[in-house]
Amino acid sequence: MIIDQTVEQCRDVLDLMPGEAIARAREKHPGIKGFGVFPVYAPVEIIHAAGLMPVGMFGAGNKVEISHADSRFQSFICSIAKSTLELFLRGDMEDFVGAVFSSICDVARNLSSVVHRNAPNIYVEYLHLPQSRISDATVAYTRMEFERFRKNLSHHLGRPIGNDAIAHSIGLYNKVRRLTRELYQHRKERPGSIAASELYAVVQAGTRIMPEEFIVLLEPFVEAVKQREVHERDCVNVVIEGAFCEQMPLGLIDVIEAAGCQVKDDDLAVGWRLFEDDVSTEGNGTAALADAYLSRTVYTSVRHDGDQPRTEGLVRRMKDAGSEAVIFAPAKFCEPALLDYVMFRQRLEKDNIAHLKVEFEEKMWTFESARTEMETFAESMLFD
Amino acid sequence: MRTDVADTKDYRGRVHDLSRNIMTDWMTQLKDATQTNVPSAYLMISGNCVEILRCFDILPVFPEINALQLAIRKQSLPYIIKSEEIGYASDNCAYVKADIGYTMCGGVGQDGSSPTPSLIVCNFVGCNVYIKWFEHCASMMDVPMVMLDIPFVRDGQASAEDLKYVLAQLKDLIKRCEELTGKKFDIDRLREIVAHSARAEEGWSRSKDLCKHRPAPFDSYFDSINMMGPINALRGTKEAADFFDEVAAHYAKMVEEGIGVADEEKFRTVVEGPPPYPYYRSFRNLFEAWGAVAVQSTYSTVGGTWEFGFRHDPDRPLESIAEQMITHNLCNRSLLDRYDQIRSYVDDWKADALIIHSIKSCRLFSAGQGDMREYFTKELGVPTLMVESDLEDPRYYAEAQMKNRIDAFFEALQYKRMRQEAGA
Repeated sequence: MIIDQTVEQCRDVLDLMPGEAIARAREKHPGIKGFGVFPVYAPVEIIHAAGLMPVGMFGAGNKVEISHADSRFQSFICSIAKSTLELFLRGDMEDFVGAVFSSICDVARNLSSVVHRNAPNIYVEYLHLPQSRISDATVAYTRMEFERFRKNLSHHLGRPIGNDAIAHSIGLYNKVRRLTRELYQHRKERPGSIAASELYAVVQAGTRIMPEEFIVLLEPFVEAVKQREVHERDCVNVVIEGAFCEQMPLGLIDVIEAAGCQVKDDDLAVGWRLFEDDVSTEGNGTAALADAYLSRTVYTSVRHDGDQPRTEGLVRRMKDAGSEAVIFAPAKFCEPALLDYVMFRQRLEKDNIAHLKVEFEEKMWTFESARTEMETFAESMLFD
Repeated sequence: MRTDVADTKDYRGRVHDLSRNIMTDWMTQLKDATQTNVPSAYLMISGNCVEILRCFDILPVFPEINALQLAIRKQSLPYIIKSEEIGYASDNCAYVKADIGYTMCGGVGQDGSSPTPSLIVCNFVGCNVYIKWFEHCASMMDVPMVMLDIPFVRDGQASAEDLKYVLAQLKDLIKRCEELTGKKFDIDRLREIVAHSARAEEGWSRSKDLCKHRPAPFDSYFDSINMMGPINALRGTKEAADFFDEVAAHYAKMVEEGIGVADEEKFRTVVEGPPPYPYYRSFRNLFEAWGAVAVQSTYSTVGGTWEFGFRHDPDRPLESIAEQMITHNLCNRSLLDRYDQIRSYVDDWKADALIIHSIKSCRLFSAGQGDMREYFTKELGVPTLMVESDLEDPRYYAEAQMKNRIDAFFEALQYKRMRQEAGA
């Protein structure tokens, strides 16, 4: 009962336009304004500590017709860039103070400029997240970059963002991430206890709800999932790789499992659950976040780490999850995911690990071709 | 009126020959290095630190130049397809695909045209694809990779912390070069090299500046390729510095004598975006036919925006290398900074129009160029043409469509001019 209700509630949240999500948050936080967070990662704790609501900007899915953004971005640019811009051009982000983008790819970088020019009332910040191996210089730089974000935002708002407030926000988001990790871990141990699309709906809704309320929603949900009866079924255990920025349509996630696969791990909305453990709430909050970003995060396709290649990260993730195959799900035109696919594929083939690539777009509405591919893939594994 | 004389025009001239000579010397060194143990290192073009490699006599190798040459010689497609066979998507950067395909086919190494590098130096200056490209090269050839993470310009200029971060990484690179070559770092040698860089940059700037004259002595888009090789790949050598002295003198003489690159300069343009290398000449002819001359271009500044005054500094060699990598190149600056750059080109070089060549491969350049068109046409009133193809993949170039759009644009521009003249 709790599970169905919560999932339903979260799916409702995903259907909201950004302004509607802010309006809903105002029921408990009068007058609060939003701050957009473009994937993959940004220190949302600093935004929250500033008295704002961090909101994941994952595009607009099927909810918005692209009428203006197509003239700014060409046909070969990913959907998320266009629909995110469309929201700004339509005036859907009026309840937002600002938005933050980071150095994940060339498109995201240019998108921040285009938003900046076309939405002059929106404060736009751009983070250059480090790509170098971890050294003293990298630590100093990353701390400075997070501190710069805090200072600039504080200056823009005309109010301080204090250490105590940041520590409090870190505590809240630690709890959200801890509960989310529990869900992910539980799914690995008892696959079938939560469907991939259910888990995704809940995690994604958490990017549009204040953490205070999300924790209240999440705690009983986690407990209910742990109590849920599981019926084992013949299926292929898979992990999803490549959907770290633009998010797969819920229908496609459903298709993966309906076609005979069981998702045991994924990288959906990974930026919001990036840390492997809690971030310290002691001392300087921005430094704690920077240090955690550098040394206690899961791999993503948007960060180079010479010491721990992503290819090994994927193999480790598969083994940890106890999965037999990988579903590559890059968004159409997503350069980081499409380029990484080549390296991932080579690494998997070295160990004879099965994989399937299914590209998607956020406006995708028919999944028949994907279903056929998935079914064939699953059958070939099950009846091999 | 469009003319067809350009169809047979020979664009090669003195600067082309000079450029070819010194670039050929470098390529011969690359070829020779396939048979020797001369240390070599991969490097990317934009905001590079070639001076440091040169200081250790490490031969710089630029996969981008390899990809460019494959394209301009119309050899890129088989290599692109080869890469697609191993999983690269049709939507991936074709520069990467051509270079990787070429390497897979033996183009790099003992039987190839350039050596397997001893080191891969990934100067991540703006373009995120650089990282993947060099990760793939390092993995494929089992060569160690050094990552140089150059912070993007966020608040208009590099902060002191940004500089410190880059300097620390450059010092790490120096250590790696010492280990690789067994040579001790010599700051005085670096000063000499950096002085050569500064002299080349001065010649580059003088040449670019000469295009402010009417007629412009060279096409700052199509002819700049002759200068881009020497400034980006050979920077820091005496030969490159001498080359630029000669180039600047040559163009200055043309200006003095009133000789332009076009038989009759009718339109002055600024061009944004890389050219379609597989159709370089025919693309140029489409503009030449209208007497259109590019007086400035953004693509020529991927390596450095020297024309705005920055020079490497022998008194602060490492610091100035870091500054150039962060701030003084097109790739590491925002799209809005690029609007300012183009705006200054249009104003100071007295251009009539902006041409945007939008390429599928390079989203660093192309993502958001529709907004650029909006800004220049609607807010600044600069006539702007946007056309699409690719810099490497010949499958994306449609000659007839391209010609129609370019002809229609200049026809409209000509008509507008006639009406203005009649009104005046």
